[in-house]
Amino acid sequence: MDEKKSAWEKIQLVHTKGRPTINDYIPLVFTDFYEMHGDRLFGDDKAIMGGIARLNNMPVTVIAQVKGRDINENKACNFAMPHPEGYRKALRLARQAEKFHRPVICFIDTPGASPSVPDEERGQGEAIAKNIAEFMTLKTPIISIVLGEASSGGALGIGVCDELAMLENAQYSVLSPRGFASILWKDASREQEASEIMMITAEDMVKLGVAETIIEEPLGGAHNDLDKISENIKEYLSYKIPEKCKKDIDVLLKERYTKFRKVGEFTE
Amino acid sequence: MFEDFFNVVKKRFNDSNDEAEKETVKCPRCQGSVFLERYEELHRVCPNCNYHGRLSASERIAITVDKESFREFDADMKSLNPIDFPDYAEKQEAIREKTGLNDSIITGTATIKGSPTVIGIMDSRYMMGSMGSVAGEKITRAFEYATENNLPVIMFTASGGARMQEGIVSLMQMAKTAGAVKLHSDSGGLYITVMTDPTTGGVTASFASLGDIIIAEPKVLIGFAGRRVIEGTIKQKLPDDFQLAEFQHEKGFVDMIVERRKMRSTLSHLLKLHGYYPQEKEV
Repeated sequence: MDEKKSAWEKIQLVHTKGRPTINDYIPLVFTDFYEMHGDRLFGDDKAIMGGIARLNNMPVTVIAQVKGRDINENKACNFAMPHPEGYRKALRLARQAEKFHRPVICFIDTPGASPSVPDEERGQGEAIAKNIAEFMTLKTPIISIVLGEASSGGALGIGVCDELAMLENAQYSVLSPRGFASILWKDASREQEASEIMMITAEDMVKLGVAETIIEEPLGGAHNDLDKISENIKEYLSYKIPEKCKKDIDVLLKERYTKFRKVGEFTE
Repeated sequence: MFEDFFNVVKKRFNDSNDEAEKETVKCPRCQGSVFLERYEELHRVCPNCNYHGRLSASERIAITVDKESFREFDADMKSLNPIDFPDYAEKQEAIREKTGLNDSIITGTATIKGSPTVIGIMDSRYMMGSMGSVAGEKITRAFEYATENNLPVIMFTASGGARMQEGIVSLMQMAKTAGAVKLHSDSGGLYITVMTDPTTGGVTASFASLGDIIIAEPKVLIGFAGRRVIEGTIKQKLPDDFQLAEFQHEKGFVDMIVERRKMRSTLSHLLKLHGYYPQEKEV
């Protein structure tokens, strides 16, 4: 692992051009990937992709937020900010996975859910709420990995899982540091200051009981060695998925509920 | 129509009289001026535009549940400082002193026209009704209690969203509460959400949107993304009626808009329609 970086340095790192996205990882982690499209209600969101693939030999369902590698790709996928139909597509594919007894693997990589008039009209809040509730009792293992940034309900919409892993430099936050500074101090330019006090790094997530595992990145960051980071992700999944599949489903669901149930600090 | 005319006449009459002595408030929706006395008399409903203003949790309890029936859960629960946020403890202490609340929600059991229910009422005066560790835990416990005791749940929501000062821990309260709602729902329990002003952000995107029946008060703000965020993204001003209860009703995310004066009887009817009748008093 690298020497200790500040949260702000890690933010810069995951925004480095060339940081691998889900489209880079799929061919190196999975085989036989077939992408599925649409929520069967409104349309097909390009900010969340999903499909069926094999992990080693085992069929799995993959759901992922999509970052672009250049401006054109980013425009197409709305800068990884999903619309309600993206969350509804994710739920459709998760239920399909449950039906065919496939584990679900979610890759989180979003600055937040899309904020716009049409998104509000189609129920962004309802779509995320529904996913959170339904994923909580989905009768098949769910493993999630944060690839780069994960912010707000937009991340949690595909973030309820049995175990969460963070890439070493990835962040998870209640809101982007910029949004946080804007809300709390009415000054978005204080984002660096916000990032340092928000506790958003992979180590913070383990400390707070939000994540269980940190996946090591190559020296200098994931973009320096795509093969190596893909191998690390695959190795983690190859060990973790069979472990969760062996569990009795009722035990698994109880543990999933407890994982979230126990987060919070209060006195009485 | 007639009521409008009446209001105009009355307003003029009042204006010509002792206007200097009567305190007025400005309605946040229509910007009209309303006599404070009249506004309070109407339980904070604007007589001009019918906007349903914000109530404290105790005022809400007083006009909603049967007298003396409310039994509070977890009254002394207070949040710690999970991410060591600067000044968080001091800020809360000041608000506690001012409001007499320990956090942004009060939960408990009560009866409504005799029908038993678990109830939760958010209070926007406490850090904009934001949800952190305490709100998350109290809501979760309320649903778990209802599941164990075969009771319905009514949640009056009023929140700016997740409690920023608790960072990622507040985001996880969305999962915690939504999970507890799901288990209550799977057990066959009835859950009614009453969205009041404002219901936004992480509360909209978790337990608030999961009611079997979703009621809203007239003209209240309901949405996920903040208005300023959207305006900043699209670089234009949004219409005044954007994200109001009526907008959400038209788009299909609110079952009914119910006026405050009819809320108690509406809730009572809905509870009875689901088989929650007044219980025999134990002797």
